Amino acid sequence: MSQSVQRSDAELLLGRYAGRVALYFALVGLGIVFVSPLLWLVSSSLKPESQVLAYPPQWIPRPVRFINYAEVMQTFPFWRSAWNTMVIVTGTMVGHLFTCSLTAYAFARIRFPLRDALFVMVLATLMIPYHVYLIPQYLLFRELNWLNSSKPLIVPFLLGQAPFYIFLMRQFFRTIPKEYDDAARIDGSGWFGIYLRILLPLSYPVLGAVAIFTFMAHWNDFLAPLIYLNEPKKQTLAIAIRTWEALRLQAGAKPASWNHIMAVSVLLTLPPMLVFFFAQRYFIQGVVMTGIKG
Amino acid sequence: MLTFHRQWRDSWRSKLLRDEMLFGYAALIPYLAGFLIFVAGPLAYSLWLSFTQYNILQPPVPVGLDNYKALIEDPLMWKSLENTAVYSLVSVPLQVILGYALALMLNQQVKGLSAWRTVYYVPAVVPIVASAYLFSYLFNADTGLVNLLLKMVRISGPNWFGSPDWALRTFIIMNLWVSGGGMIVYLAALQGVPTALYDAAKIDGANAWQRLWAVTVPMTSPALLFMFMIGIIGSFQVFTSVFIITSGGPVNATLMYVLYLYRHGWSYLQMGYASALAWVLFAIIFGLTYLSLRVSGRLVHYEV
Repeated sequence: MSQSVQRSDAELLLGRYAGRVALYFALVGLGIVFVSPLLWLVSSSLKPESQVLAYPPQWIPRPVRFINYAEVMQTFPFWRSAWNTMVIVTGTMVGHLFTCSLTAYAFARIRFPLRDALFVMVLATLMIPYHVYLIPQYLLFRELNWLNSSKPLIVPFLLGQAPFYIFLMRQFFRTIPKEYDDAARIDGSGWFGIYLRILLPLSYPVLGAVAIFTFMAHWNDFLAPLIYLNEPKKQTLAIAIRTWEALRLQAGAKPASWNHIMAVSVLLTLPPMLVFFFAQRYFIQGVVMTGIKG
Repeated sequence: MLTFHRQWRDSWRSKLLRDEMLFGYAALIPYLAGFLIFVAGPLAYSLWLSFTQYNILQPPVPVGLDNYKALIEDPLMWKSLENTAVYSLVSVPLQVILGYALALMLNQQVKGLSAWRTVYYVPAVVPIVASAYLFSYLFNADTGLVNLLLKMVRISGPNWFGSPDWALRTFIIMNLWVSGGGMIVYLAALQGVPTALYDAAKIDGANAWQRLWAVTVPMTSPALLFMFMIGIIGSFQVFTSVFIITSGGPVNATLMYVLYLYRHGWSYLQMGYASALAWVLFAIIFGLTYLSLRVSGRLVHYEV
């Protein structure tokens, strides 16, 4: 305290000013480092092939070749893979939003013997890495003849096998006052009615977060589609790029040039980016709520 | 709950309670069915498989502890474990520090907070497959942006992903690019620290550095621990970026544990050995989680 009293106001102001300038310098510098890979991605996707290897590096494509995307689409099955991906994303989302929330509702609100023991079991499954199930599940789906279909990637989630989301929704449901349930019951609503008409409508923040992260996780999922979807026709976007490259090489074509690979990567990145920019508030809330980083 | 049990037993005829209970079980049927088919069953089967030799074509042959014995003597298993541990234990702390530093900077009443937040967070939204292709281009030895920029200041850059010395480091650098995800969490935690604590510290004569260590860090330590734990668990399972960029090379410099498991399962069709690898991974992750929870009891400050 005595020290700061001795300093003159001018000194304090100057120190504060210098600190602010340093702060903004650091923010701008780091900001450039964080954003430039993305700018390079987009810029490269629009360059002519000759410019991709240019030295010194050129940020502005000359000429701007939107036709790169059209060229890529001639060989890369974008729409088919995007459709396959959306089927899986939609299926898992239905599972997460309905089955997981119904399960969470039972754990949060309904009283029945063994409820808490069962909930502890759900939490315990959170600890188990996916790779422990990977092999037996693969063998099971192989037995069921489900390989090269989207079923292995959807059905477990339709049956609510997402313990983290069950946990998240249960915690959220418990913050909703029970008086609402009682009021609804007095008005003649059943247990399912309370879930459908009281809890779900009051739970948009958590349902929104789950929907967004389901989309992100299954749009980006790599290992499971890699294992289950060998047939190029059935593949999702994330793994179709590799197949596309491999098939080109097999056909004796030269490897895809960087501008084309970057164009495909932009196509893959665009949908999550759009979701992020249109639902930014839910997105940020969701990250804070879950610690899932996107 | 206990009184409820008694109540429930005494009044089985109470239609209300019986209905509630029946609804509870009915609501859990889909989940429990899924649990038995996709979790409990596979878990037991996987454990059994880890004691067998199984190539999918012929039925599994029990071999006792052979897989686990072979695993201990498998130099590639140790190599993959070492790579994974180095990657995890270096990249996660760096990521936490960078994310926390960004959050601290953005918490200084900067102008245009949400714009800055977007700038730092946006890389975390890029699909991992896209960033894998992007980074293998950026760090390409001859045509990559990084080496071109280094060339402009007359430094000849290394071969990054192509060099046995640099490949793992390059993955660590790549992982720093998504530090913005943690930043969002820390920023929320920082905004929750009561300003009264800072006022009190100022009155006690604490300077900015002391305030950081005595107030800010302890008050946000639950968020730090949580992100650290999630980060370690997640990075121990790293697969996609390595599979796409280097497939474990050069000379196994980036052979990661899950990649090695994948190879045994789906390239060599050694499902028994791969199952044993999976259970070892489970044990490691369990141990790491337990350890960080124990340590956190001493280091992390929870508001009561």
